[in-house]
Amino acid sequence: MTVVEAAFREHRGPLLATLVAELRSFDLAEEALQDAFAAAAQQWASEGVPQRPAAWLLAVARRRAVDRRRREETLARYLPRLITSPGEPVHSDDSLALLFACCHPALGSEARVALTLRFVAGLTVPEIARLFLVPDATMAARITRGKQKIRTAGIPLRMPSPDDLPERLPGVLSVLYLLFTEGYRSFRTEVAAEAIRLMRLLRELLPTDPDVRDLLALVLLQHSRRRARLRDGRLVLLADQDRTLWNAVEAGEALTLLEAPGPLSAFRLQALIAARHAVAARASDTDWAGIVECYERLEELTGSPVVRLNRAVAVAECSGPAAALALLDGLGERLPRSHHLAAARAEMLLRLGEREAAVGEFDRALTLAPTAAEREFLAGRRVFALSGQSSGTAPGPSASTGSGLSSGTGSDSPPVPVPEAERPM
Amino acid sequence: MKYALLMYGVDQDWAEADEEKRAETYERHGRFSELLRSRDAERGGEELALSNTATTVRLKAGEALLTDGPYAETAEQLGGFYLVEARDLDEALEFARALATVEDIIEVRPVVEHP
Repeated sequence: MTVVEAAFREHRGPLLATLVAELRSFDLAEEALQDAFAAAAQQWASEGVPQRPAAWLLAVARRRAVDRRRREETLARYLPRLITSPGEPVHSDDSLALLFACCHPALGSEARVALTLRFVAGLTVPEIARLFLVPDATMAARITRGKQKIRTAGIPLRMPSPDDLPERLPGVLSVLYLLFTEGYRSFRTEVAAEAIRLMRLLRELLPTDPDVRDLLALVLLQHSRRRARLRDGRLVLLADQDRTLWNAVEAGEALTLLEAPGPLSAFRLQALIAARHAVAARASDTDWAGIVECYERLEELTGSPVVRLNRAVAVAECSGPAAALALLDGLGERLPRSHHLAAARAEMLLRLGEREAAVGEFDRALTLAPTAAEREFLAGRRVFALSGQSSGTAPGPSASTGSGLSSGTGSDSPPVPVPEAERPM
Repeated sequence: MKYALLMYGVDQDWAEADEEKRAETYERHGRFSELLRSRDAERGGEELALSNTATTVRLKAGEALLTDGPYAETAEQLGGFYLVEARDLDEALEFARALATVEDIIEVRPVVEHP
């Protein structure tokens, strides 16, 4: 990675937020920042990297914005706002204000996520389109409509008032959680890290809010396993992960956060589940009974079929595959497109010795799995089910732990997304 | 920015409202107007007669075609509007929330201001 690419990844989001806040224009901010990175690609190679790359980029972007505005002959109106000292640090408040604007309840939920990914996390339109499996043009149109609504309807680019904050916070948290989940699902560490950065900013603003705290703990625990989740480009199940690769600092921070008392919200229950995995030195040490208990409470709270699926996977570890399979009865109607459900059924059937039925479920899971890493993993498990022995092409579960069930479908699946409507407010 | 707060409700409810109910509703509108005035936000507004008094005009093949009744026959009909001046959408929504305690449905629309 070149220095400019590294700077792009690290600073793009915060810089864009600052520029949007200053210029009050999404389009101008994007164009000016693009200019600045283009200038960096030229100048840093010949003249060396400046001491403070972010400040350099911000100063250049501001100058380019002035140039562009001058071309539009509206300079006079905006010049006063643009004159600021070049070394001025990037304000974290700008990112938050932009985040609250992008997550405004006057925007549709699809637009909120798209705008947040574009302007707060700094992803490109094709990247966002890929994440949501829609054509580029569809995503571009969605983002353009969102920008238009923000501008025309007068959605403010500032933090909500303290009175409005409690009402606005759940919407922001669910977008940030989705942002993290998308990064986690697609193995894009920088997207997940951006979600965490924004959650940390939010926590600075609201240090006593239990939801912000518990959500941060949850994502830190998930994120702490990122280096162990892939080996040679292949998915590694929780049971088979090298636990020494887990980031102990992040897990430790999360466990400390969870020590504070708080209501057993959906975020907290999910964090407590992740924490039980984090403290198990080996997969066989996992407190499955405790995890089942958390899932039961979570299902009571949310009524979510995804939670039911994860609960069944934990039950399989405690009480065996037959009890778990019974919990999945009728779930197909509620989760018709879930490869996790098909894969879970397959693993449970396999454990019951019903190989033929297991292969059928693996076939179904294969047609539904969204990422290549997951498809490759499932193909390996299917070969295993057919032959009765590991194909060697996939990191199948070790003989000692005996099953990919515990983690293939549940524990290392993306964190359970609890839709906003299902979440207690 | 200027916003229109468009009030939608079921005509029947208003048509069948008794004297006491009407007086109470007008009093609440009066209080809402006071709120707007106290914030220097009131820019106008009217109550509209019931939608069965409406006449809709549209041009067809160069000729004005008249039909009896409102443009759209929906359960809820436009019953009146306020024009308010607000700093941004959040302030307009604050007014709309206050108004929603008087009328069923409030649609908030930014007004296009020509230079």
